[in-house]
Amino acid sequence: MSRLISFAVLLTAAALGLTGCGGEEAGAGSDGELTVYSGRAEKLVGPLLERFERESGIKLAVRYGDSAELAATLAEEADASPAEVFFAQDAGALGAVADAGLLAPIPAASRGKVDARWADPEGRWVGTSGRSRVVAYSTERVEGDELPTSIFDFVKPEWKGRIGFPPPNASFQAFVSAMRLAAGDVRTKQWLEGITANEPTLLDNNIQTEEAIAAGEIDVGFVNHYYLGELKAERPGLPVANHFLAKGDPGALVNVAGVGILDRADTADAQRLVDFLLGREAQEYFATKTFEYPLADGVAAPPDVPPLADLQGPTIELGALGDQLRGTLELLDEVGFGT
Amino acid sequence: MSRRRPGALLGLAGALVAALALLPLAYLLVRAAGADADAWSTVLRPRTLSLVGSTVALVAAVSAAATVLGVALAWLVVRTDLPLRRVVGVAAALPLVIPSYVVALALIAAFGPGGLLGQGTWIFGFPGAWAALTLATYPYVYLLAAAALRRMDPALEEAARGLGRTRGEVFRQVTLPVLRPAVGAGGVLVALYALSDFGVVSLMRFDALTRAIFQQYRSLFDRTPAALLGLVLVVLTALVLVLEARGRGRGRVVRSGAGAARPATATPLGRWRAPAAAFTGGVLLAALVLPVITLVGWALRSATDRPTALELLGWAGNSVLASGAAAAVATLAALPVAALVVRRPGRLTRGLERATFASNALPGIVVALTLVFFATRTVTPLYQTLPLLVFAYVVRFLPQALSGARDALGRVDPELEQAARGLGAGPGRTFRRVTLPLVAPGLLAGATLVFLSTMKELPATLLLRPIGYDTLATEVWSATGTSSYSAAALPALALVVLSAPVVYGLQLRRGERAAAPGG
Repeated sequence: MSRLISFAVLLTAAALGLTGCGGEEAGAGSDGELTVYSGRAEKLVGPLLERFERESGIKLAVRYGDSAELAATLAEEADASPAEVFFAQDAGALGAVADAGLLAPIPAASRGKVDARWADPEGRWVGTSGRSRVVAYSTERVEGDELPTSIFDFVKPEWKGRIGFPPPNASFQAFVSAMRLAAGDVRTKQWLEGITANEPTLLDNNIQTEEAIAAGEIDVGFVNHYYLGELKAERPGLPVANHFLAKGDPGALVNVAGVGILDRADTADAQRLVDFLLGREAQEYFATKTFEYPLADGVAAPPDVPPLADLQGPTIELGALGDQLRGTLELLDEVGFGT
Repeated sequence: MSRRRPGALLGLAGALVAALALLPLAYLLVRAAGADADAWSTVLRPRTLSLVGSTVALVAAVSAAATVLGVALAWLVVRTDLPLRRVVGVAAALPLVIPSYVVALALIAAFGPGGLLGQGTWIFGFPGAWAALTLATYPYVYLLAAAALRRMDPALEEAARGLGRTRGEVFRQVTLPVLRPAVGAGGVLVALYALSDFGVVSLMRFDALTRAIFQQYRSLFDRTPAALLGLVLVVLTALVLVLEARGRGRGRVVRSGAGAARPATATPLGRWRAPAAAFTGGVLLAALVLPVITLVGWALRSATDRPTALELLGWAGNSVLASGAAAAVATLAALPVAALVVRRPGRLTRGLERATFASNALPGIVVALTLVFFATRTVTPLYQTLPLLVFAYVVRFLPQALSGARDALGRVDPELEQAARGLGAGPGRTFRRVTLPLVAPGLLAGATLVFLSTMKELPATLLLRPIGYDTLATEVWSATGTSSYSAAALPALALVVLSAPVVYGLQLRRGERAAAPGG
């Protein structure tokens, strides 16, 4: 048997050696190279990042993944992380990495390109594009003018059995947190109980919710506005449309995707990427390719949505949403939407 | 060479493998040790109990159904005159190459609301999760059971028949006991898969523990409650292993030499031939044809997103390289553990073996974060390189390699090896000439399972691959993440097409061995 073991050890070593040839050391910190962890999908932002490479001459090494999982990875890697820039799908993931003390401050000049409400008050991350909460509805079974202007009206009996939303989704939870901050816990709980009484369909994510509307399972869904654009790009005839709620309503919350610079990054290169993402070219890309709201001044919103200036969520700070999350999850759990 | 050293070396190698496989458990304990009152309150609530209940129910139902399907198909293919049995023999293993969430999506497309064949929402929840997981995992039982049936000495059943037992009695009293270890091993793999799966339960909206674990990462960015829930999964794994060991009993069947050196004669199905064919066809339709049709449908939906042939080739090459390395390393790592368990049975070796299962029931993200944690602290230069990625695969899928190795080694009569040694052959020569030929099919079956699982693996691949090392699985993920199913379809189909010959080659080899006179 001992020969077997040495044989095994040798083969293992050989196999590892062989595979080792493919491995490349993730270079960090050197000039002209930048390592990015992107929680935004390659299909959405890959072409944009390639443009940055061409224009800046800086070579990007991009690790694509889920925003939350990459945030957890950054926390586990701590000082050994090769990442220099974190490009996240939502403010919550950026907030978590910031709270772990891993982000360096972003210069005020860069942050100044967007309205203060789209950046971390402490300056550790900045929003690059905006997304509004909407009520997506079936154009086959719902008349546009039948839809209420406030999310609070969906507790009315005429919506019984017609509503769907994804409780495990971070954006949905951020919306409930916003409602708690704006309207208080009592009113939020009443609303959640009212919705429960309307026997909603609970889904896992935004795409599933849109699909459930298209398939006729539900008539309205509480989601982010840009998923519809993505779906329609592939299936233009999809009988679903977005309904934007009135100014100031919790259901009109506008949240952001954004970017942060890791503590140990090559600051100059990372800074250039942040400025690029806030520049005109990237902002126009978000408006036309990912159907999101550009946040920097002077860039027009996508054609088929109301302008950002007309959108007004509840008056709360985005940075405050993260602290509310635990309470929100407990509340969702109490009314039976727990996960 | 002294007589004791091989044993010591074997023990050392086995202990090393087990220690590496225990890394995720160590990580969970590190995280759990830092748990504050908030974290505990997230876990210690009635909700957790109901999650455990629904998870246990799902795992039990999936394991039972997959075992029945797997054994029935294996018997029909290996032992009867089922029509097209060679084709069916390969096709029945193929669902293993289809990611389980694709099976779930196909079921929803067919039977969900607005689906082609069904109406209403009955598919969501338990029925859909159960069906999708069963269809995706029965090949674990099928492959191992078919291998065991092919290796079985046909004289055993013939003797029983000669002694006046009916076919049914022979199946229950002779065939099943011989199949027991293989079926048990396959059943454990199914149970662990069902415990760790996230994609299917998420798509089918079924409340399971893995969903709660992902929830902790996804919305709270908190690794501590997730670790505590992960430990609950480890406890459930232990339960699965104990149950399997109880069921296995103490009996052991070895095949001394060639026995009756020919394949068993096929049992004529007679008037059952048509129903058997319909049953087989139905399973293959749901597990294989439906998902493939769904993928083809997506591929045809839009032509703009299609990857080029060159891109596909590159991703496929990366997938095959990583999966091949993982299969080889996992098989080698499984050998010493299997040898210890089979040849030196006892509390210690049994514990060793179970230790290697600890991480298999954990969601991939936990194993991935484990290696992020340890690698950045110990072997930083290896972090996010291919060797570490392969290592992650081995930690995740070692039990699959082990199931093949243990079953195969358990069937080798030690007296054969002793005879070879008595005739003057050294340990190496004995292993090469006697042991290896006897265990090769089992090892290959285990290696195949690891290869196919690795081809589909996602969470560890995403976090641990070298940057830019795109595989078919990461491309499927990247496309479905933005709901561009048409872009996801081609890499997913490539995954199926690439893995199919591996399964076919394995089945063909076995078929020839079984058919060759003199075995």
